[in-house]
Amino acid sequence: MATVQVSEAEKVYILHGIRDDLRVDGRGCEDYRHMEIETDVVSNTDGSAKVTLGHTAVLVGVKAEIGKPRPMIPNEGYLEFFVDCSANATPEFEGRGGEELGTNLSNVLYKVFSNKHSLDLHSLSISPGEHCWVLYVDVLLLQCDGNLYDAISIAIKAALFNTKIPRVNITSDDEGGKEIELSDDPYDCMRVNVENVPCIVTLCKVGHRHVVDATLQEKACSVASLIIAVTHNGTITCSRKVGGGSLDPESIFEMTETGKRVGKALHAPLMKLLQQEESLSKKRVRVGFLC
Amino acid sequence: SMAVDMRLPTVKKTMTLSAPAVYRKDLVVPGDVITSDTGFMRGHGTYVDDDKLTASVAGKVQRVDKLICVRPLKTRFNGEVGDVVVGRITEVQQKRWKVDTNSRLDSVLLLSSVNLPGGELRRRSAEDELTMRKYIQEGDLISAEVQSVFSDGALSLHTRSLKYGKLGQGVLVQISPSLIKRQKTHFHNLPCGASIILGNNGFVWLYPTLGQQDEEAGGFYTSLEPVSLPDREVISRLRNCLLALAAQKVLLYDTSVLYCYESSLQHQVKDILKPEVMEEIVMLTQQKLLAQEG
Repeated sequence: MATVQVSEAEKVYILHGIRDDLRVDGRGCEDYRHMEIETDVVSNTDGSAKVTLGHTAVLVGVKAEIGKPRPMIPNEGYLEFFVDCSANATPEFEGRGGEELGTNLSNVLYKVFSNKHSLDLHSLSISPGEHCWVLYVDVLLLQCDGNLYDAISIAIKAALFNTKIPRVNITSDDEGGKEIELSDDPYDCMRVNVENVPCIVTLCKVGHRHVVDATLQEKACSVASLIIAVTHNGTITCSRKVGGGSLDPESIFEMTETGKRVGKALHAPLMKLLQQEESLSKKRVRVGFLC
Repeated sequence: SMAVDMRLPTVKKTMTLSAPAVYRKDLVVPGDVITSDTGFMRGHGTYVDDDKLTASVAGKVQRVDKLICVRPLKTRFNGEVGDVVVGRITEVQQKRWKVDTNSRLDSVLLLSSVNLPGGELRRRSAEDELTMRKYIQEGDLISAEVQSVFSDGALSLHTRSLKYGKLGQGVLVQISPSLIKRQKTHFHNLPCGASIILGNNGFVWLYPTLGQQDEEAGGFYTSLEPVSLPDREVISRLRNCLLALAAQKVLLYDTSVLYCYESSLQHQVKDILKPEVMEEIVMLTQQKLLAQEG
């Protein structure tokens, strides 16, 4: 993980600021940095999104492929996650440097989506026991400036919203065998219902308080964070503690409450933005990566 | 009381009151031909391609007599003797500290180049070597001056003046060294209530203006008393102003920083970094700077 050094005096300054609800960049404890979201940025995916949060930048691509359903759940499709920590983000990721972080991140993503509430996996079924859609969700970290989890979760939600899966027709031939036919019409596609896809809120315990969307400097002053995945109606689908330090039960309770409140509030503006972007359709000015 | 500001990205444009960059012949990108006249000498940031002097970096063309150089916009710090720097200690070694000053190589601060606590003037003993970490340790920030440049380009620093030494509470802002304007002094007590060290290396230190400095400590004492809320707000506002100015490539010096601070006052501190606010206040700053010059 990209790390920065801070001196003892800087730490004291950051700590007192958070105590007084005035962070170094002027934010309050529950404020996010400026966030920019753009979907449909990679042409060879079925759905994609780029999110920047401060200087953190993540790119998510979703590819739909036809696969075999898991034996225990024959009438559902499934998601596969992969997080690539590009050495472009930080030299620390060079070689195998980003592997551990990538595995940690994708493990959390599996956990976040391994429940009936996050996504309707039945809709990904094609023919029970035989064929289903597998959504490969690939995350690429382009820049690390703290708060990766939140940025990734928002990018995934945006990319899934943007995902267009071709419609399939199943025809059975004379011998009773089934044949799958993809629709030729590129506009004849199915969308994923992302209403319940959770957003992750990382709460970073700094001193006696906690902050959301911590910068790298703030993270350097903290010993433990709590990750909470929250759906739009406040259901928590995953919570996990990261970092070497410990949290007492009382602060876990407080942080969960904050996480629930903040997480719930993330969804409405996100959905509004995604719908606004889609309604622009051809009038939309594409920004992409050259800015 | 939670704020989240999500939006679609926009194509960023640099606001400037001077001629647009495309019409300025002194701004080049790598591969641009500077001149095909062979009477010039090839300086830093250039190469000769097919008898034409060509830019190898993006930046501003500078001519000194027959020598042509390109000063890159984005660069590591190339220090010169007398430069004021802000740096972070990366290593404590025998008789010296290693300092990250945003140069290609870490700079060195020799034990013999610092003032001892209490301002003692004497030879450094073996005991001093053992207690080096008590004065300055890894992660600490210092302000210093470039004493000399080694043959490999590495810098040797010194802090032998009361204005240099270990930095206490405050905020570090890192920007490109090319945006720091060279001035007589890089230490300023700004009238808005905070102080600033504009390091030539692009490290800018913002800190609360202190009362009478405790001179006895010789630059090693740092107060850990909480900084007052109004002071914090001024420092945070200045921090965001510096980043706004740097984002729009405006040279940083006391006046530009102060004008930007004044222009930002109608906005909340946390809103300054929103693109449209940034553009607006930097535009105002540039107008004020022009008015002051003209």
